[in-house]
Amino acid sequence: MTDTSHAFVRTTILPAQSPPLTEKGAIKWLRENLFAGPYNTLLTLVGLWIVYSLAAAALPWLLNSVWNANSLQECRAIVAERAGPGASGACWAMVRERWHQFLFGFYPQDQYWRPLLAFGLLFAAIAPVLYSDNRRNLMAVLAAVALFLIVTLSMATAPMAVLVGAVAIIALLIGVAQVASPRLMLFTLLYPAIAFFLLWGGSIWTPVMAMVGLGVIAVAYRLLVNRIGVAPAASVGVVLALLWWLFLDVPLAQQMSVLFPVGLESVPSDRFGGFLLAITIGVTAISFSLPLGILLALGRQSDMLLVKTLSVGFIEFIRGVPLITLLFTASLLLQYFLPPNTNFDLILRVIILVTLFAAAYIAEVIRGGLAALPRGQYEAADALGLDYWRAQRLIIMPQALKISIPGIVSTFIGLFKDTTLVSFVGLLDPLRGVTTVVRADINWKGIYWEPYIFVGAIFFVICFGMSRYSMYLEQKLKRDHR
Amino acid sequence: MAYAGEAPKQGFRLGMLIYDTRYRSITIQVIVLILFGLFVSWLINNTVQNLAAKDRTFDFGFLWNRAGYDINQTLIPYTNDSTHGRALFVGLVNTLVVAALGCVLATVLGVIVGVLRLSKNWLIGRIMTVYVEVFRNIPLLLWILLSFVILTETTPSPRDFRVTEEMTAAGEAPAASMLLNGTVAVTNRGINVPAPLFDRNLGTIGLGEFQLSLNTLAIIVVLGVSIFLNGRLRAHAKAVQEDTGVRPVTWWKSLLLLLGPIVLLLVALGFHLEYPEITRFNFTGGLELLHSFSALLIALVLYTAAFIAEVVRAGIQAISKGQTEAAFALGMRPGRTMSLIILPQALRVIIPPLISQYLNLTKNTSLAIAVSYMDLRGTLGGITLNQTGKELECMLLMMLIYLIISLLISSLMNLYNSTVRLKER
Repeated sequence: MTDTSHAFVRTTILPAQSPPLTEKGAIKWLRENLFAGPYNTLLTLVGLWIVYSLAAAALPWLLNSVWNANSLQECRAIVAERAGPGASGACWAMVRERWHQFLFGFYPQDQYWRPLLAFGLLFAAIAPVLYSDNRRNLMAVLAAVALFLIVTLSMATAPMAVLVGAVAIIALLIGVAQVASPRLMLFTLLYPAIAFFLLWGGSIWTPVMAMVGLGVIAVAYRLLVNRIGVAPAASVGVVLALLWWLFLDVPLAQQMSVLFPVGLESVPSDRFGGFLLAITIGVTAISFSLPLGILLALGRQSDMLLVKTLSVGFIEFIRGVPLITLLFTASLLLQYFLPPNTNFDLILRVIILVTLFAAAYIAEVIRGGLAALPRGQYEAADALGLDYWRAQRLIIMPQALKISIPGIVSTFIGLFKDTTLVSFVGLLDPLRGVTTVVRADINWKGIYWEPYIFVGAIFFVICFGMSRYSMYLEQKLKRDHR
Repeated sequence: MAYAGEAPKQGFRLGMLIYDTRYRSITIQVIVLILFGLFVSWLINNTVQNLAAKDRTFDFGFLWNRAGYDINQTLIPYTNDSTHGRALFVGLVNTLVVAALGCVLATVLGVIVGVLRLSKNWLIGRIMTVYVEVFRNIPLLLWILLSFVILTETTPSPRDFRVTEEMTAAGEAPAASMLLNGTVAVTNRGINVPAPLFDRNLGTIGLGEFQLSLNTLAIIVVLGVSIFLNGRLRAHAKAVQEDTGVRPVTWWKSLLLLLGPIVLLLVALGFHLEYPEITRFNFTGGLELLHSFSALLIALVLYTAAFIAEVVRAGIQAISKGQTEAAFALGMRPGRTMSLIILPQALRVIIPPLISQYLNLTKNTSLAIAVSYMDLRGTLGGITLNQTGKELECMLLMMLIYLIISLLISSLMNLYNSTVRLKER
């Protein structure tokens, strides 16, 4: 059966042709993303102009950088000699000469190993919290800390005993992690005392006796929790610890330091500065504000009118005033509110106020997390017969905190950036404090781009890193399938 | 099977205060009240003792004493003979001006950046991402200090603008020239811009301590009336459209209503601009914006705009694409889709975080201390505090004022938020 009305019928399928030149590869991408229509093309041209003018201004300046010079005049002379008169060039020689002040302030140079060791151990202390159920990551962090400590401590010419001791501590931690990784939390609890001792030095008995107060809380809680319940046992513990700190702590510490004088060279607070100060204030404030913020958020959700009113009042007050006024409170007003003749360290006062400040913001973040939990979760906890604290600990908080992670991290980023404000009460923050010191030096007078770019770059790396980590964490913890 | 009829009646025992959930909350609250009372009385007691030890009193009488210092930017009349109270208000006005201008400009810039970041144009999208990430992750203080340093250290001195006779004879141009057709001069002392002036003055009326210019009042009244009438016009047009299906043409009437009266008023008052002119050493005439003001404003706007851009982007992305497609299916044009479908829904997501950005900006104006801008902290919490030594009073008053501003902004914005909120049944 043949149909002759058709002149030609193809019986085989032609091989697929490649798309037209304008519809594939780079050209297609360019057409779609840069030149789709007149408006889009205009935007591209504007964008190109922006990039060009930035590059035209910054590239020669960066390419003419000078790393070896003793003053700004010398830098300018070198640039003029190398690239002709009128050329601009960055003078990173300032950073080369002063980087240690940006990092450590006026901390004694031969003691740099102490903040470095404290910084390394910080990660060893955080790791058990972040990776409580992932031993491989825990090991990786501990190994990285060991590597960091070996490299930086030998660069800072730490005494050999310190280097060996640091490696021994990490080895011990790795060993504990292999056998019973939950026990590592003990190190996390001890870390504040270790860091305090390393950074400020002085007699070892001051932090030891302070930690004994925490031990008092733990013992009282263990003994009483099964008889009178969670909250009363904790309160009794706290009261006992307060009594310890108020009446026994200081005399005992003094007695012990006379009997067994063990300690490090004491470093006064006014030697602290730079990123050492920013990280000290930031990390301390965020770690203490987290529990405080959780309590405030629970207080705000409470059925008890009085507790709720006090929490709301506190949160709204702190959130309503600028941080600067709170810092001035720390430096000017605390002397009125505390008993006469009490005078304690300015950094400590600032940390307390910054902690309260962060706690109010964390409380609001966690309140958002609590509000996002379905009502059924609370009812399910009630149906299981859990009391308030158990329900919070086992059912509510794990979920609410997970929802709040991005908010908590962005609060921390904000707090870390806000630590620069402590320069207004006379502390040497990296941004204003140290930069002012550098710019007041006759050799570096008139330099402004380089210090700000250097400090800004470090802030950028830390804050950007944290925000990316929180995005990764958010993705990882997401349990719903969408 | 026995049902428990009624709860067993028992007498009240002391233990029930802890174990019975009916009474426990009362116990806890009483304990909290006692602790709180003790804490507050401890604070007050300490304060009284400390004040007595320093031989000081707690009173706000100093606010009515002569201030005796000058303020370099005064938007309400002030001399160094004025009182500390008036200096407080000068500072407050300075704070509010930066905050208000900052909010407006940051919103404009933030919306533009936020929308452009979602643009299909790859290059612009990347540039905006870089802008947002750079500004969000670096402290605001750095931007303030950097803009101040750039404004004061890289700009020419007023001397460079001068054209001497020798230079004209030699045909040389001055080292620096004015921008925007010779109307704006950026020097290392400040930014000189044209000043708006009136030939005829309607006088002023006194409101207690303050003088209000009748010219300003007249402009505000005329603008308000114009906007109100325009609103009526649009409402009428809408009613006609609902009735007949045809919307009467209103744009030229709107234009006339909005622009006509104000232009007439300005002409009647003799409105003109006074341009800054270079004299021997400095610029005279016009308006000099302090670098402290400009640096603070620039930094606040750039920093906050990055956050607002993120808020706007999140808001637009929260609206599902189906909404746009549905609007197109109904035959709506892209412009009307944006204004009638997408924006009203996106605003609901955008407004709450936007409020908190406005609050942050307002609180961040206190960083003016870094560039010595005379805001509330510069006057009340700065010079007044140092001169009178009234640390407690000044700081508490300052906190109270900031608190009131914050609460006002958030309550106003919450009011607006409740009008655009989803009306759930």
